[in-house]
Formats: sequence, C-alpha cells, structure tokens
Amino acid sequence: MTFSSRESFLRMQSFARKKPLDIDLEEEMASHLQFAIEENIQKGMTPQEAERRARISFGGPQQSKETHRESRGLPFLDTLLRDIRYTLRTLWRDRAFAAIAILILALGIGANIAVFSIINTLLLRPLPFANSNQLAWLDSNRGLGGLSSLTYKIDVYDEYAKQNRSFDQVTAYMPFFGSGGYSLTGKGEPRALTGVMVDSNFFQTLGVQPLYGRAFLPGETAKGAAHVAILDNAFWRQHFNADPSVLNSVVTINKEPYTIVGILPPSFDFGAAFAPGQRIELFEPYPWADIRQWGNTIFIIGRLKPGATVQNAQSEVDLLMPQMRAAHKDWYSDYATRVSSLSDHVRGKLRSSLIVLWSAVGLILLIVCVNLANLLFARSAARSKEFATRTALGAGRSRIVGQLLTESIVLSAAGAVLGLVFAYGIVAFVSRQASLALPLLSSMRIDGATLLWALLITAVAAVLFGLAPGFLVASANLRAGLASSSRGSTEGRHFHGLRSLLVISEVALACVLLVGAGLLLRSFLHVLDVDLGFQPSQAAALTISYDDNGNPEHRIPILKEILHRVQQIPGVEAAGISDMLPLGRNRSWGFSAVGRVPSKDDSPDSYDAYIRIVTPGYLSAMGMHLRDGRDFDWALDRPDTQSAVIINEAAARIQWPGQNPIGKLVDCCNKNPGVIIGVISDVRQNSLEDAATPEMFQSYSQAGPEGSELIVRSKLRPETLGPALIRTMREFSPDQPIGEFRPLQHIVETSTSPRRFFVLLVGSFATLGLILAALGIYGVISYMVTRQRQEIGIRMALGASRSDVLFGVVNRTLRLAFVGIAIGAVVSFLMGKWISSLLFQTQPGDPMTFVAMFVIFACVALLAGFIPAQRASRVDPLVALRYE
Amino acid sequence: MAPSEPKLDLLQGTLDLMVLQTLATLGPQHGYGIARRIEQVSGDAILLNQGTIYASLVRLQQRGWISAEWGTSDNNRKAKFYSITRSGRKQLSTDVSYWQRLTGVIGRVLAMQDEGEN
Repeated sequence: MTFSSRESFLRMQSFARKKPLDIDLEEEMASHLQFAIEENIQKGMTPQEAERRARISFGGPQQSKETHRESRGLPFLDTLLRDIRYTLRTLWRDRAFAAIAILILALGIGANIAVFSIINTLLLRPLPFANSNQLAWLDSNRGLGGLSSLTYKIDVYDEYAKQNRSFDQVTAYMPFFGSGGYSLTGKGEPRALTGVMVDSNFFQTLGVQPLYGRAFLPGETAKGAAHVAILDNAFWRQHFNADPSVLNSVVTINKEPYTIVGILPPSFDFGAAFAPGQRIELFEPYPWADIRQWGNTIFIIGRLKPGATVQNAQSEVDLLMPQMRAAHKDWYSDYATRVSSLSDHVRGKLRSSLIVLWSAVGLILLIVCVNLANLLFARSAARSKEFATRTALGAGRSRIVGQLLTESIVLSAAGAVLGLVFAYGIVAFVSRQASLALPLLSSMRIDGATLLWALLITAVAAVLFGLAPGFLVASANLRAGLASSSRGSTEGRHFHGLRSLLVISEVALACVLLVGAGLLLRSFLHVLDVDLGFQPSQAAALTISYDDNGNPEHRIPILKEILHRVQQIPGVEAAGISDMLPLGRNRSWGFSAVGRVPSKDDSPDSYDAYIRIVTPGYLSAMGMHLRDGRDFDWALDRPDTQSAVIINEAAARIQWPGQNPIGKLVDCCNKNPGVIIGVISDVRQNSLEDAATPEMFQSYSQAGPEGSELIVRSKLRPETLGPALIRTMREFSPDQPIGEFRPLQHIVETSTSPRRFFVLLVGSFATLGLILAALGIYGVISYMVTRQRQEIGIRMALGASRSDVLFGVVNRTLRLAFVGIAIGAVVSFLMGKWISSLLFQTQPGDPMTFVAMFVIFACVALLAGFIPAQRASRVDPLVALRYE
Repeated sequence: MAPSEPKLDLLQGTLDLMVLQTLATLGPQHGYGIARRIEQVSGDAILLNQGTIYASLVRLQQRGWISAEWGTSDNNRKAKFYSITRSGRKQLSTDVSYWQRLTGVIGRVLAMQDEGEN
C-alpha cells in the first residue's frame, strides 16, 4: 500500500489518536442508528421492530469500527503492536525459555559486537591522521631485518626528499629512542621521559594540528637553534594537570632549557600507531647535523601527491635509489626500498589474525542461531495445538509465521541490547590493556559503524533462527495437530529429524572452533616454550641515567660504582648494564670476519649483526649462557686495549663455520679489528617467533652505548627489589631521573601479548561454542526422552532393564555427537590449512589437538546425554502408561 | 484483514465513487443520509451494510476530497455533516470518466463473448 504524504501523515496522526477518534465514530454511529429508528417508526413500525431493522441494515458495529480503523490508521502497525504485546505475554509466561534464549543471543551478539569494534579499530577505521590514505611508509632493505636495516641515513632522506616527485611532503623520525632518553629536572623529583626526535614537518605531514600552540618550524632542526619541544596529550594531563599555561614556558631537559611550543590533541598517540605498547611523552625537532655522520637512523613517511599511488612511489623509488647510490659512493647500502601505505605498515601484519578472529565469532553467531532455532523448534512443537487453534479461528499461515518472526525479533533485540552491554564491558577492558602490543587499541570504542553492524547481525540472526521454525509450522499440517494428541507421531518424527540435523551441524561448527582454538593454543604454548636464550624469571630491568659528560673515561668509574652499590643490596645475585634489552629496540653494525671472501651464497645476515653494549656481569644477570670463552672484564677490556667482542652462535656459524671463533679477528667496530673473546647461546632478539640472527656484544669501556638498562638478578620479589634499587640509585645520584622498573617476565609477556590476546579470545569463543553445543545436545535428547516416555514405559513393561534404557539413550546421543564430530574434523582440517600462517611449530593436522577435541567432545556429549538418559531410566512403566 | 485483496479494493472504490457522487448532487449530508440515498437510488439492488460507509467517509476525508463538521439536523439531532471539496469534485469527474470508460470496455468485451457463443 502506498499513501500520499498527506495521507500518511493523517494516518499516523489517527494512529496516535486512536481513543478520541473511536469515541467520535461511536457518537456518529449512535446518531446514525437514531436517524434510522426514527425513519422506521415514521413508516409505522413498533419501536422494537424499528430498532431491529435499523441494526440489521447497519451491520456489525464492531466490524464497521475495524474497517474504519483500518482505513484511517496504520493497520500493519496495529498488527505489529498486537503481535509484540502477544509475544511479550507468551515470553513472560515462558520466562525460563526467554531468559536462556536472550542470554545465549546476548553472548553471541556481544562477542560479535566486541570483535567488530576491535576489527573496526585495528583494521577498518582510517588511521587517526588527516587523509590518512595518502600517507605512505618507506622501508629500506625491502622490509627485511632489524631497525638498522630498515632505516635510512639522513643524507639519503635529504636527497630523496629533494628528488622524488611522488610525494607532496616527506618527513622522518628516529626510531632509536629508548624509554627514559630524556630527563626532566627542575620541579620535584627528576623524571625520565621517553621522547622521539622528528623532523620539523612531522606533524604537518601527518596532518596533526596541536591542541595548543604550534607545530615545529623549519629552522628548528638547524644546528644551534633554540631547544623546543611538543608534549604528548596524556603526559601533559598527567604531569602538568592539563594546565594550558605550560605552553611557551621553559623547562629543563637534559640540563638544557627547552621551550614547550605545543601540546598535541588526545587523538594523536604516536605509540599506538608506530610503537605499540609504548607511551611517548615528548617530541623534539632534532638537529640532524649531529647525527648526519651516523649510519641508518631514521624512518621516512610521506604524503602522496593527489592522484599518486603507493605503486607510483614504488616504481619511482626503484629507479631513484640506484641513481642516488651511484652519485654517492660513500653510502654503504643500496637502500632498496619497499613503499607501503601507512595503514598497511601499521596494521597489515594483524590482518590474518583478525580475519580468523572475525570468522570465529561468525561461527559463534551461527551456533547461537542453530541453538535458538533448535529451542524454537521444541517450543513450536509444544505449541502446535495453540497454532492449530488459531488457524481454526481464522488466522492465516502468514499471520502465524509473522507472529513467530515477531517473537524471534523481540528475542534477538533483547539479546542485542544485553549483548551491547557485554560488548561495552569487553571493549572497555581491552582498550585499557596498555601493555598489549597491538596498535591503535587505546582508541577502541563502540561507534556508529559498530552499532550498525550490531543492528545488521541482530536482524540476520532473527531471520535465521526465526524463519526456520516458522516455515516448518507453516508447512506442517496444523489441523492434524489439533485433532491428534500432542504426541502425534508423524509430526514428532518430522521435528525430530530436523532437530537432529541442527544438533549435528552445531556440534560440527563447535568442533571447528575448538580445533582452531586448540591449534592456536598449541602454537602459543610452543612460543612460550621457546628457549629465549636468557632467563626472564627472577630478573628485572631499571632504566637509569648518569652524567658522564659524554666522556667514556668518566663513564667507567660511574658504572663500576653503580654496579658495586647494587650488588651490596641483600638478595642481589648478579647485576649488569646493557644499552638495549632483548625483545625491544635494536640496532645493527657491520660485522665480518677478517679475511673472509664474499661468496654468492652469503645470506643478507652475513655482513651485519645486532650490537648491544654491555658491562661485565650483564650476561650472568640476564641468565645468558656463555658457551665458550670469557665474559668482559673491566681490567682486561680497557679503552686502550683491542676491542673485545662476544658473539652468539648464529654469528659464529655464519662467519667461522666449523671453527672455534675464540681469538679470531673481526671487522666490526672501528678501524682496528676486534677480537672474539666469547660465544653465547642464541638469544631471541626481536620476537620469540623469529629465529636468532647474528648478534655481538661489546663492552661499555670500548664502545658508545645508546642508553642504560640496569639488569638485576635476585630472588627478591619485584615489589621489594624495585624500591630497593630505586633507593640505591637515588642515593647515588639524587639529581638523575630514574626510569621504569620492569621484571623481565613482563617484557617477555608484552612480546607475546598479541598472541596471548588472540588465543584468549578464540579460546573463549570455542568454550562458548562447546557449551552451546552441549546445550543443543541436551535439549534435543531431553525432548526426545519426554516424547518417548510412553514408549519407554512399554519397553520396560515388556522387560527392558533400566540400564538397557540408559544405554539406549546414551547411545543415541553419542551417535549424534560422533556424526557431528566427524564432519567437524574434516572441516577443521581444511580450516587448519587456512590458518597455517598463524601457527607456530604446529601442524594444521596436529594429532594432539584433534584427539583432545575428540575426547573433550565425547565427554561433553556423554554428560549432555547422560542426564536425560538417567531420567528416562527412572521412568515408572505404570505411571508412564497411565499418563496417556 | 487483508485490505490488499483485489475484490475488496474494487468494492471500496465503487462505494467511494457513489459517496462522492451523492455528496456532489445532494450537498452536505450526514452518514445515514448518504447511505439511504445510495440505497434508494440503487433501488435496493446492492446490499449495503450501512456501517461500512464510515470507512469510506474517513478515507475520502483523509484524501482531502470531502470535509466533515458536526452540526444539527432538521429534526434537531446532533450529526456529522459531510460535504464535497473542490479537489473532491475534480477527483469525482476523473473517477466518473474512468468508470465510464471501464464499463464501456467491459460491456464491449462481454458483448463479444456473447457473439462467440452464438
């Protein structure tokens, strides 16, 4: 029916003013009857006859009222409201059913909403920068290797900025920042800040407008320019109580005056995009001149010209870099560059995990729908009399299906509302997991897109689980339902076959989830089992600062004194200092055995090694295993002696295959070759899942460090050790800031946190799926037992024993479950292949996982079937037969 | 129940047309007057449940073709009086010509059927 806008408006108005319009009509009808009666009396009828005639010609008043309402109002809305009211009444009558259905739906929909908001944040939503699709990221060395391989020399950056035609602007930042690289002094206790050096156009290029103040100016990276800094919003709130007057004030950082020229908006979180799990507090335009002579130090980000694509930039850089290399013979890398969109760089690696997560919740929703359909089947079977009665009273099938659909919509709407509450809780919890090394997580929230998604899946769910029983009811012979007893056997079988099918598919789906979660869990356990090469338990790190005026001669006595004092703390077993911890940032230097002839078989690792500068005692404090040779020694390894180098086994394998590397010479450090004094077992440097690559260690007394992490091995609990260490450091140098105290175990956990997170989520979904499948099995078997009470009674009267009945029911349950498991196992195997890129040292057909899944499911099915089976075996034949 | 069934629609349309025509010729009338007039003119040939006329009246009203007002009848009784509006008259002439064309066509078609049978 289509109405003109005027009519629609009037109809809506009439719909809202039902009562007065009804009264008006009644008055009109009354006067109509009076006219008719009067006319009839005038014709000579008796008053009674006159009224009778008048009423006959008028017809049914109730019917007139109905048609009147239909013509003036919104009949479909009337029907809908009536259906909803009826639904609420029936659901209220069947509260237990409604509560279970809503809870199941809420779990399914809630999980879907929560995962969607994770996916929306991590994958779908544009990055929090202006026109972020124009931003591109450049990786050197084709995106392979550690930070030193991926970054560029400043000269390369300058040259590229001048010569490229693809980008409107390019900018850069230096990723070699450690926590606590800056010390803020002056007011209160000295504080270590984590800061990033950026080019002056960094914020303009990203399209980030400071909340207060301004971005950096071009001259501010020049040598000798006055120091300026921009503050991160969270740091400004926390440390300066969100006081805008901090702007343009001067603070003391690293003993120099810095003017704060800007405060960033809360939407900009550098760590979230570029260094997940880290909080950056300060930005400084760095005087590039100071580090121009260094090796690869910066990452390049560019804003593409309108119309230019990442592919354009890639083809251009493929031509440009070799030309630039040819013009600059002093560059020691060809800077083969991989250009990717910034969005891919930030979240590309997560895509496959997230898609798996998405599929897992999709499966959950399917299981929920199957479960609900199953419950509704049971209900519609029990209600077949009601439907038959209503049909007999004139309700069309479309009305009854409409009514069932209304019921499922009401249920899923209620489920969605509760699910939103669940999802809100999950989202709030996840977004506060600051130590979770996933990008952009802090900006996670339930937004419009998420709500839209929620609406969509709610509607899909309602139709999926609502229509199925609706069609069944519509196709079943309802009059038969009224005529026969409620145990009409044909109908029972009809329902039963379908319900078994549903349970089987539910079990199969849950199997797939369980196997998927099992494979991911096995991978996670394998990751945890990885030999780190150091012992994270009973060791902790503290970021420290000291004042050596940049002079290595001064550094040694200071470090000796710090280590001496720390070792005096009761309970401390070993202490050492390193400039970088494993699983954190890294840098690499050239590394090649003296006299080694380059060969074609050389891997890219052959000429580089990660470099860490350490003190004597560091290796034992970390629990690293010295396989051969000796540790550093203050007395032997002095600034005036030959550079001593400790390497890992990977480096020894590549440079001196089959030889003892101790005493061998290596080009690594400065003009004079270093000498290998020790070999340690491989350490996982960047991640637990990447095999170790060549690594070398040099002493603080012979090479320039990039910061200082104090490592202490002690049986003391971290809560005792931390304060004791901080107290010792305060006593030693009251005017130096102290950074973060972190047990090494936390560092390892942060590194495994994304995998832990996915395993946790997929694992909970699998558990949920298992519970739902168990409920499904229980429901269908329990229903079957109730329907077959009489049959069971007869069989028992004929001599079947209780255990016969018990085993009979359990047998049927297991048969049902095994069919589901068999189908599920086949699908799981295919699924395992699909997710194999996410697995770690685990085969897609991992027998252990499949066997465990089988055992778990068999147990669950046994339990779900045993309860109704026991009820069946307790049937008293006499009662059951009399019951009919 | 099912207002979209074609049989009912035709009937509704016919009743609406008769109501409009009655109001156009007689001037303002109350519901009973309209119903009686239609019965009289049709020579009681159509079976009209007088009550159904009110659904037609409210529909015509909402479309803006007639207007209604409470008033008093000749014999001092309170009644709702309906009168045709200008757009109602326009609609009536459209409907009448449509109806005449339709009955004309149907008449010709039925006549043709008669010939075929002969």
